[in-house]
Amino acid sequence: MEIPNLDYIKQLSEGDTSFEEKLIEVLKKELPLEIDSFQRNYREKNFIKTAESVHKLKHKISILGLSKAYENASLFEDELRKSNGISRYESFVKTIEVISNFLDPL
Amino acid sequence: MNCIIIDDDAAARLIVSKLCNNHPKLNLVEEFENAIEAIKYLNGQEVDVIFLDIHMPTFSGFDFIKTLKNPPKIILTTSDKNFALEAFEYPSVVDYLVKPIVQERFEKAVSKLSGFTVKDNEEPVVTEDSTKELYVNVDRRLVKINFSEINVIEAKGDYIRIKTDGKSHIVHSTLKKIEDKLPQELFLKVHRSYIINLSKIIDIEDNSVLIKQDIIPVSRSNRGELMKRLNLL
Repeated sequence: MEIPNLDYIKQLSEGDTSFEEKLIEVLKKELPLEIDSFQRNYREKNFIKTAESVHKLKHKISILGLSKAYENASLFEDELRKSNGISRYESFVKTIEVISNFLDPL
Repeated sequence: MNCIIIDDDAAARLIVSKLCNNHPKLNLVEEFENAIEAIKYLNGQEVDVIFLDIHMPTFSGFDFIKTLKNPPKIILTTSDKNFALEAFEYPSVVDYLVKPIVQERFEKAVSKLSGFTVKDNEEPVVTEDSTKELYVNVDRRLVKINFSEINVIEAKGDYIRIKTDGKSHIVHSTLKKIEDKLPQELFLKVHRSYIINLSKIIDIEDNSVLIKQDIIPVSRSNRGELMKRLNLL
């Protein structure tokens, strides 16, 4: 399992800690809202809206350096748009738990 | 170069704004979380560059480009690699950045701006459908109305009322503005407060036309043009 990291954020900030803090604050604020939206859409079996939620979440996954999980999220999004399967649901949920747990203490 | 960012994702806006602020040639003037707000802004302002997210709810980046009459240079930003081919069908698109955007790739895209020209008089890509329809801003939503569905457009102070068979849309605009967007062969201004769809006329009597159940006045000065446009026996 990949481990989230701040490599991308640090590379982008070039030492600008206020930018790092601001970006992490935005991620912490938006992530729970997007997860709620994802779960609600999924419960309602609205696969197109669920795909929209996955699309937003996968950017955060990439910001936190999870490249394999990002590829998995892209495939999950495609599945949802085609409404032809949800085989990647469990692994996607695991990923968003991992990034939530990573961001919590920051 | 003055630039704006359009992206529904706050983290993405923050990242692109950081990249813009780091670049000596870019002056970030505004950020928008949806395309509709950006369209309103661009009605009164000119910018040199737009960093535009493709994948936004309701109104995508491509939909947005189609609304621009004289588009500035556009750098697309997206989490989706699948739109690259479509992206470059738009003459104003300079580059296509896949998120998460790294500094080197961003700088490469910006370096392409100076050598890129959006050709004068080059029309934005217009699909067959977009020649048949109009998007209007109603309660912060862009609502599509097919030209063929419009019966009458009426001026109401600072607003216009667009009447179709089943609906009536109140839009903050003027008759002059909408007249410029309508196909001339189908529509005619018959009065200072009314534009009608000629194909919807039921009958004409002296100084009025009947369209559905509405009696629309025809001003003396427009009556000649109306008669000219009719296929009279």
